[in-house]
Order: sequence, then C-alpha cells, then structure tokens
Amino acid sequence: MTSRLSAIALNTFREAVRDRVLYNLIIFVFLLVASAPLFSQISIDVERLILVNVGLSAISLFGVIIAIFIGIGLVSKEIERRTLYTILSRPVRRWEFIAGKYCGLMMTLLVNAALMTVGFMIAVMITSHGLKAQDMHLLVAVYFTVLEFMVVTALTLLFSSFSSPIFSAILSFSLFAIGTFSLDLRNFAASAHGITKMFALAAAYLVPNLASLNVIAQVAHDQPVGGALVLYNTLYTVLYSAAVTAGAVLIFERRNLK
Amino acid sequence: MNQSRKTIVIASVLLVVLFAGAVVALQKIDSARGKDAAIEEVLYLPSGKTVKRLSLGYSSLLAVVYWTRAVQYFGNRHLQDSKRYDLLYPLLDITTDLDPQLVVAYQTGSIFLCQSPPNGAGEPDKAVALLEKGIAANPEVWRMYFTLGFVHYLERKDYKAAEQAFRKGSEVPGALPWMRTMAARMAEHAQDIETAMMLWRGIYETTHDKNVRDGAVKHLASLQAEIDMRELRIRVRTYHEKKGVWPTTWTELVRAGLLGGVPVDPAGQIYKLLPEGGVWVEDPSQFPFLDQAALAS
Repeated sequence: MTSRLSAIALNTFREAVRDRVLYNLIIFVFLLVASAPLFSQISIDVERLILVNVGLSAISLFGVIIAIFIGIGLVSKEIERRTLYTILSRPVRRWEFIAGKYCGLMMTLLVNAALMTVGFMIAVMITSHGLKAQDMHLLVAVYFTVLEFMVVTALTLLFSSFSSPIFSAILSFSLFAIGTFSLDLRNFAASAHGITKMFALAAAYLVPNLASLNVIAQVAHDQPVGGALVLYNTLYTVLYSAAVTAGAVLIFERRNLK
Repeated sequence: MNQSRKTIVIASVLLVVLFAGAVVALQKIDSARGKDAAIEEVLYLPSGKTVKRLSLGYSSLLAVVYWTRAVQYFGNRHLQDSKRYDLLYPLLDITTDLDPQLVVAYQTGSIFLCQSPPNGAGEPDKAVALLEKGIAANPEVWRMYFTLGFVHYLERKDYKAAEQAFRKGSEVPGALPWMRTMAARMAEHAQDIETAMMLWRGIYETTHDKNVRDGAVKHLASLQAEIDMRELRIRVRTYHEKKGVWPTTWTELVRAGLLGGVPVDPAGQIYKLLPEGGVWVEDPSQFPFLDQAALAS
C-alpha cells in the first residue's frame, strides 16, 4: 500500500516539476533578494516590516495559487488523458489514488515553500544585517502557511473529484476567501439568535478556519505566537484536511468512471 | 461486503469523526486566541486609507466587515462591564475610511463612543470627531446633526455647540421641524430634564441598534423616575406644611388628597418614602442613569 501511495505521490510531484511550476521560485527569490536593499531606500524604519509582509504574503499567495491550479486538474486530467483507467486497472484502489495525489501535491508545495523561505530569510538577513532571535517567529508564520496549503489542497481535491476544473477553481477560491474571514463568521454566529444562529454556526464550522493560520501581521511586529495556538492549529489542520480528503474519497469511490 | 463498499463505510465514519474532532480543535483555537482576535488586527494596520488601497475595490464590503467587528467589540465589552474600549475608535475610523457613506457607523458608533463607561467608551470628543467626519462626507443627512447636537448636549454639556448643530441640521432639506425646536430649547431650557427626555426619545426612535435602543430605554426610565421623584417631593413638602409632620406612608398623602394613588416607578415598584421628605426608587439598579444628586434635592 505504501509503495503504491508513494508511487502516485512521486509521479504527481514529477508532473508538477515537468509543468515548470517551480519556475515561480526563481522569479520570487530573485525579486525578493534583489529588492531587499531597495526597501531601506524607499521607506524609513519600516523596511523590515514591508519585507516581512511582502515576503510572507507572497509565500502564502503563490502556494495557494499553485495548490488550486494544480489541484483542480489532478483528477480531471487523468480522466481526460485516460491514464486513470490504466492506473485503476492495476492493483491500486481509488482511495489510494486520491491520497497519493494529495501527498504529491503537498510535496510540491513543501518544496516550493521551503525554497521560497530560504530566499525570504536571505532577504531578511540582508535588510536587518543578520538574523535575530525574534526572526524565529517568521518560521512559525511559514509553518502556518504550510498548514494553510494542507487545507486548500484537500478542498481543491474534494472539488476536483466531482466537478470540472473551472468550477473547482471557483469553489476553491471562494472557500479560501471565506475561510480568511472565518473568525468573523463565528463571532457573527455567537451574537445571532434562533435559526440564524444555527445556520451561521453550521456554516462557521463547515468553512475552513484560515483566519487563525494567518499571523503575518503579528510576526511582522515581532510578536510571538503562543505554543497552544501552534498545537491546536496543527491538530485542527490535520483533522480538517483528513475529513475533507475522506469526503473526496467517498465521492470518488461512488463516481461512475465509465 | 465488497472492497468498494468497505471503503465507503470507513470513509463515511472517518469523515464524521474527523470533522467532529476539527470542531473541538477549532473551539480550542478560539479560546487560545481570545474573543477579540479578529478585531485586534486593527492594532497592526497603518490606517483605514491604506486598508482601502489594499481592498482592490471591495472597500464597501470590507467596511461592512469592520462595522460588524466594531459592533461585536462594543457588545462584548459592554457585556463584561468593561471600562476600556481602546479599539472602538480605530475600528470606526477604518470603517468610515473604507465607506464614507456608511451613515449607521457614524450615528450608532458615536453613541457607543460618547457615553460614560461601562455604557460606552467615555470619549465624547472622539464621537464629535467621528460625526464631523460623517457630516463632511454626508452633508445631506440631517440626522447626523441631530446626533452631533445630542453628544454636545448630553455628554459634553456644550449647549452652544449643541444649539449650532441642531440649527445647522434644521436647515438641511428634509429635516424634521422639531430640529428647529431643539435648537430653540438649547438656548432657553438647556438643563431641563424634559429636554434630555426629548433627545433620548429621538435616539430611541431613530436607532436600529439594539444596544443603543436598550441604553435609550434605560435613560428614559431614569429620567422619568427623576421627574416623578421631583413632583413627589413637592407633594410631600406640601403635606408637611399643612400637617406639621412628615408623612410616613403614601396612604397618608392619598387620604390628604395630595395623591391619586400609591406612586410606582417606571419599573413598576412603589417609590420609597424616606424620612424628612426624601423620595427614592426601590431598586436603583433598574435605573443606572439616575442622578445621585436627585436623592439629596
């Protein structure tokens, strides 16, 4: 089972590399490192603040875009090229195919995030003339971004398991946008009454909680992130992504591929 | 059971169990971050104008989000009887930067700002600044002048500024005629309880916000109790002048023909008759805005 999973995952990763997805890294790293010295000339005292905000937001945004644009084609492309039938005619179960695709895309995103983080930290080092202990908070923000990718990848895979690529992209982007305001939705649910409260609460827990995974503003101001938040965010992401992937397996398992 | 059905059953069970676990984890996240987590991001924002630039044309939508946050922030603090509302003005400022035409944010927000803690932020000057910003962006909305006059009158005790606000508001096309009456009252009867009642009634009738409406009801009840007690004290003194002794029960005043019946306060409880002609309410907690000086007078 593990070998089948890793084979599908590695294949997905290789395909992403062949699609020149990782080229964005070169552009990102080049732009960020090259522009780092410029920040000190166009702003007073806030050069690090700008760099951290721009850098971390770019890592997050690039990753989410890649997750969605690759994720939407993971299933449909295989059906279109008819390669899915070759895969499933071998001793590969449908759930293994979904889980393998998820792992492969996550692998792509991890490599992407890791390389972008290296470039980002070099830019921070240039701007701040070295790294400080507080700069470790930046890595927590990057870690949360990776958790964000886990959620977005699972959702994209869920949509791509039953709908067209365009529709999957629209749904994934919409949920990503709603997820960034999930805390507002829960606050609204808490202050609502009656049937509105019930619907608002259901919606608030159903949509992904991406709000607490964004600590960019906090770390840009050297504010630490609590250990409890790191723990619960990790727990939440693992459980939510696994639940969504289980949903994708459920749909894909029942889907008529003939 | 074939392999596919087995997978469906396992996936269904996992879906339910994992999702329930995610809900529990989310509740833990909320308690770790605190209720104001979304609102506290305002601390890191440079200005509303910057947020507007970053909103990519969706500033009106974002304004509604910030207005909701301001209301929730106020509501949470109010429930906790908080003395500090530090983030209220920044939230309102960003909201109105994002959508200068969001009249409710100026009107209701300024009422939140002007009242003394724990009923509000106790920042009447900021309330005035917010309303003046609102008037500059919406000069055709006469109700904004009414709220400005209200803040000047009740919280800043600046009767001249209140008169000017009501007068300017009365000149706006479509303004109700009583705006002119209010301007006149400011000049002649600024410190009358009746004037305060008229203003609170105006707030009660114009607001759609539950917090402000509840506050207006409490203010009106407190002012009505003050009017009642003032009248009752006069009757008690008249009794004393006639009989040479202070009454000990309301029945004595009824029998003397000075009262039609036993007087009850707006909360429905009988007023307390104190020694030497004093009158007070049975449960002062029902009247949080009752002037303590009224006890002595």
